[in-house]
Amino acid sequence: MLKQIEGSHAMAEGIALCRPEVICAYPITPQTHIVERLGEMVRTGELKNCEFINVESEFTALSVAIGASAAGARAYTATASQGLLFMAEAVYNAAGLGLPVVMTIGNRAIGAPINIWNDHSDAMSMSDAGWMQLFAETNQEAVDLHIQAFRLAEELSMPTMVCVDGFILTHAVERVDVPEQAEVDDYLPAYEPVQVLDPNDPISIGAMVGPDAFTEVRFLQHYKQTLALRLISEFAGEFKKQFGRDSGGLLRTYKIDDAEVLVVAMGSVNGTIKDTIDEMRADGIRIGLVTLVAFRPFPVEALRKVLVGPKHVVVIEKSLAVGMGGQLALHVDLALRNVAGAPQVHSVVAGLGGRPITRPSLHRLFRRALVQPWEGTHFLDLNEEVIAKELHYVRKVRRSGPTAENLLRRLRTGAQKPAAD
Amino acid sequence: MTAEVRPLCKPAEYKSDIKPVWCPGCGDYHVLMSFTRAFAELGLPPEQIAVISGIGCSSRIPAYTSCYGFHGVHGRSLALAAGLKVARSDLTVVVASGDGDGYSIGGNHFIHACRRNIDMTYVVMDNHIYGMTKGQPSPTTEPEFDTALSPGGTGLRPFHPLVIALASGANFVARAFSGNPNETASIIVEAIRHPGFSFIEILSPCVTFRPDEKAWKDLVHPAPVEATNDPGKASRRIMTDDGFNIGILYRGDRRPYQLHMGQASAELAELEREFET
Repeated sequence: MLKQIEGSHAMAEGIALCRPEVICAYPITPQTHIVERLGEMVRTGELKNCEFINVESEFTALSVAIGASAAGARAYTATASQGLLFMAEAVYNAAGLGLPVVMTIGNRAIGAPINIWNDHSDAMSMSDAGWMQLFAETNQEAVDLHIQAFRLAEELSMPTMVCVDGFILTHAVERVDVPEQAEVDDYLPAYEPVQVLDPNDPISIGAMVGPDAFTEVRFLQHYKQTLALRLISEFAGEFKKQFGRDSGGLLRTYKIDDAEVLVVAMGSVNGTIKDTIDEMRADGIRIGLVTLVAFRPFPVEALRKVLVGPKHVVVIEKSLAVGMGGQLALHVDLALRNVAGAPQVHSVVAGLGGRPITRPSLHRLFRRALVQPWEGTHFLDLNEEVIAKELHYVRKVRRSGPTAENLLRRLRTGAQKPAAD
Repeated sequence: MTAEVRPLCKPAEYKSDIKPVWCPGCGDYHVLMSFTRAFAELGLPPEQIAVISGIGCSSRIPAYTSCYGFHGVHGRSLALAAGLKVARSDLTVVVASGDGDGYSIGGNHFIHACRRNIDMTYVVMDNHIYGMTKGQPSPTTEPEFDTALSPGGTGLRPFHPLVIALASGANFVARAFSGNPNETASIIVEAIRHPGFSFIEILSPCVTFRPDEKAWKDLVHPAPVEATNDPGKASRRIMTDDGFNIGILYRGDRRPYQLHMGQASAELAELEREFET
């Protein structure tokens, strides 16, 4: 049913249609509205046969979900930012044990400095934990990816994160087609766990595994993710048949056929990029877009197919591996490893801590890729003046104090004061 | 004391120029007032005080003081403060938290900070709700309190911080009410003066998400008996009171945590001698 609805509420309604049996909830911005809406649905009876448990921490939230999943229940939780980092040990645990928990990440920056706004640092920090990770572009896709995520997670018995941009998606009210229960029931079969509590065959989960088998356990996790490369496309195809729309899959392309520059990005920023591309195409610039949906498993083959041809690839990402640069750009490099005639990859870090990624900035950036392509990592809309002053100050004064507070003071007092004041 | 050779600060001088973003009517404004009055009464220069916090409405307090401040990660203020105190034992360390920050994610640190009994003062502004994330139940929320995150109520027995502090070894336990800032200030003064780990639970209403807590001002009353140094007796009193007894409830005489600087190498020398003979 078409609704004008807040993203978090649409996702909650989509998750409820998946008939979760245990939901673990702990508040953290910007994810809280999702679990709150689910709680309301449990109260009103819209969501039946579901144990909704309010816990004392994110670590508990995922640990309870792990316990429920190990006992054969369809388990769901949601978190963001610091919450995801706090549950890190359990994140690896769920993956290592092969428990198909589905978790929403309301993508948000990580402190310090404290920041509640959107970027992808949280999800990227857990990208190697063994979970599948799908990134939504719109709230419609966010709803649809949750439905696909339960199917995928349970098919492979492997946990899955659905990553949605905090505030930009979670708090935005837009038109979403929330599916009917019967349609979802057709698409998503009842959960058939690979392990249950069986009184005839009690087993203890969580074995200590030594050097004799540890590599093999890890290899099988990795192997399952390679199987997911096929399943993600397959389930997105079946989703289209059932619901009549394109959602999910490994990646999507936009105006790439004759492109000499290709942009690669994940999440909600793809909308702004498409608008920019339309405007630049009107100016005669041949530019296209590759929207990555799956970050884990990383679709090397699918990406290689679409990236070979153009001269330049601009990778825009909302995260930074400090001391290395753009993580997504490094992944794109991997897709182009040992490829003859591979395009040049230009890395851009943008939108950290909620900084808006605007069309004027993207225009300048994409044009620059054609006329003045760069090596290394470019930081979009960096305030170079503030940075120069801070660096100067740090060189001059040994006890220069905390960086964040220095920058804030400098921005508050305006840029008129001399450096090293 | 350096306070004797320099002019004493007035309460206002312990305030920073940052305007609090708490809601109008929030109890935490009065807690800030109690902090500054207590610091002025103690005659401590602002740079001799460190105010440490975690995450939440209450945890914004360090930035509103002119003392050293540290706004840490959720629930970890006591652990941070322990590190600060062992590195700079000359500083007066005041840790500020709330019931969400201090009793849920910080619950484990709370127990062990009481055990460790480092000389510091732990102030928890308890409003029985997560205010910053807009009204979810905390460990001190009543079982029947119905929210979206606890449909039909939590059904859980509320956390009893004062008794847990006593059972875990806190050396000073008090309950205060934010609406009586002078009385709260004098409790903070006593807590800071008392050696070891001092714990003050301040009832600080959240008028936005718990308007019912406006009634607290009529419910609070002075504790009918003097503080005891018997933790068993104090526990029994607290377990059976109405939750609105205000005052110092326990003054212990446990030896505070001692810094062991240099002691390890002496033990090593002894060990070496033992092996030489």
